[in-house]
Amino acid sequence: MTLLRRGEVIEDAFASAVGEESLPADGAVIVDLAQWQAQRDALLSRGAPVGVWLRPDDDPRALADDLSKLAVVALEFPAFTDGRAYSNARILREQLSYQGELRAVGDVLLEQLHFMDRVGFDVFEVRSEDAVQAWKTASADIDVWYQPTGDGRKTALQRRWGR
Amino acid sequence: MYRYDEFDAELVNDRAEQFRRQTARRIAGELTEEQFRPLRLMNGLYLQLHAYMLRINVPYGVMSSRQLRKLAQIARDYDKGYGHWTTRQNLQLNWIQLQETPDILKELASVEMHCIQSSGNCIRNTTADEYAGVAADEIEDPRVYAELIRQWSTLHPEFSFLPRKFKIALTGSPNDRAAVKVHDIGLIMHRNDAGKPGFEVIVGGGLGRTPFVGKTIRKFIETRELLSYLEAILRVYNRLGRRDNKYKARIKILVHETGTEEFTRMVEEEYTRLAGGALEVPQEEIDRIDAYFAPPDYRALPAASETLREKRAENPAFDAWVEQNTHAHKQPGYIIANITVKTPGRAPGDMSSDQMEAVADLSDTFSFGELRVTHRQNLTLTDVEQDRLFELWERLVELDLATANHALIGDIIACPGLDYCALANARSIPVAQEIATRFEDIKRQKDVGPLELNISGCINACGHHHVGNIGILGVDRAGEELYQLQLGGCSREDAALADITGRGFAADKITDAVETVIDTYLELRNDGETFLDTYRRVGMDPFKQKLYDAA
Repeated sequence: MTLLRRGEVIEDAFASAVGEESLPADGAVIVDLAQWQAQRDALLSRGAPVGVWLRPDDDPRALADDLSKLAVVALEFPAFTDGRAYSNARILREQLSYQGELRAVGDVLLEQLHFMDRVGFDVFEVRSEDAVQAWKTASADIDVWYQPTGDGRKTALQRRWGR
Repeated sequence: MYRYDEFDAELVNDRAEQFRRQTARRIAGELTEEQFRPLRLMNGLYLQLHAYMLRINVPYGVMSSRQLRKLAQIARDYDKGYGHWTTRQNLQLNWIQLQETPDILKELASVEMHCIQSSGNCIRNTTADEYAGVAADEIEDPRVYAELIRQWSTLHPEFSFLPRKFKIALTGSPNDRAAVKVHDIGLIMHRNDAGKPGFEVIVGGGLGRTPFVGKTIRKFIETRELLSYLEAILRVYNRLGRRDNKYKARIKILVHETGTEEFTRMVEEEYTRLAGGALEVPQEEIDRIDAYFAPPDYRALPAASETLREKRAENPAFDAWVEQNTHAHKQPGYIIANITVKTPGRAPGDMSSDQMEAVADLSDTFSFGELRVTHRQNLTLTDVEQDRLFELWERLVELDLATANHALIGDIIACPGLDYCALANARSIPVAQEIATRFEDIKRQKDVGPLELNISGCINACGHHHVGNIGILGVDRAGEELYQLQLGGCSREDAALADITGRGFAADKITDAVETVIDTYLELRNDGETFLDTYRRVGMDPFKQKLYDAA
């Protein structure tokens, strides 16, 4: 697996404890929603960054009060055809004002990076050897957007009217 | 009609180039068929029984003569010289080579056309009333909002991997000609008490193996808020629609299983978060698009044409065509002319490249260079001077496109069926041809009166059989093609699903069965009743008796 932050390959600073009985002794860790809800205080007192992994049927609003304490929210794509995480990403970014790392994990198809970027993902777990090139291609393919998604890009409508 | 500005054009060109690269990667083996599949589907390319099929969008059914000529040329250069108009107001080409598809998309982009999202689990081409902008019974031109929806739904980053395909239809008239109640979302324009236009929002209609008439979840949404409301519906659907079973994945199942009330509550809750936000459409944008749909340069003419009256009196065949195939226009002296692409002996909706080019010429000569595709698989010239209607008709006669069967039993909707489609269980086209031939006599068709006969070759219902006044569904029973007969369906504002008569009929008996139904109706009908009126009054029993008791 390669971790891509926009156009760059990065090291994964987080260990995954998803589905594990106990947490690692130290270091940055990612847990699932049930683990977070059960061990919230213990996780926060570890003194290391915490991330939460959400399955597509988890409600991101369950994290509404905790988002400022989280370093990562990872949204799972169980299959590239399962588009629920796109909505969850927008809810996190646009409605819950989440500012931290939003990571796409699971079956992340290179052809989808562009859509993921637009809904607010900034880190992508991909299988490709050539992830950087794939990112370049995905970002360069389309330059016009009709939908305002809160990613700061100007839509066709805003450009038409010089806004 | 709408014309692309630099942004629209750039997007469609970018998309065509993107697909060229993706196709090259597929041909080089860098993408597997499984990985390539969603990419080609979102560009309208299906793998069918015999070849690739390309579905080209005609956004809300409106096109120019220049675009139609391009379609004709593409059908000739890249296919077998004909195309098939569909119930989704699209054109399908059935014999396409994968490696040539990028060139076709480039040619389409040159006339502001594309195949984006004409298939796949995304928001499909939005369909509309074919008389939009010219019908006398219209509140306001719905094409402005159809274009807004086209832009909003194109490459939507959040809604490109929905549980299932998603179809939106809209009408600006209370008389629904766009079957909006059997779409995932149907929109009907109304005015509120303050006189402002807005839409009634109907959700969860659909055909296929579990047909439903849609439910109204909001009586009125102001036009500037339409996209925010649509986004709320789509977000609820994208998050909660079923993904465990392809056959239960459409929004109609979510609405049905959740209950209309609870579904409405969830949409309204999401809408309160989106209302007045970035999707609110500024009035100047509505005005900008509206200007493209400004009426053409109509001449000042008397309301009724003396020439037309004389020609009708002189020529009974012309008179019959005018009576059947034209519709009142809101502009005095003009008339709407329907060209039924239902010539007996041919596949409904099939048109040759030569015919397309000829019709493009006719639209230049008679209708300001524009035309429409209808969900009943016909073409419409919307702006014909009554004085010149006879001249138009004579030209159509020469093209074999002047059959006076619009909205009659010969005006059959049929899917491509087993002759083309990988999903079909039975053939549709030969059945349609046989029924059309049996009722070829236009005098007989007119005596039978308004009647919508719809045929699907499988349960997916591309031929809208559930909402035909008479519907026929082809099924496969142990290797034999059998045809189920259904009665009483309706796709209009008083939409209803048809009832099944009973056991199916063999291919060589189905036309007789249809004739029995017609004969029974003719015996039972009261003065002025249509087939649907009579069926609604007497119910299924008398038809059932005639169909099965004699046997």
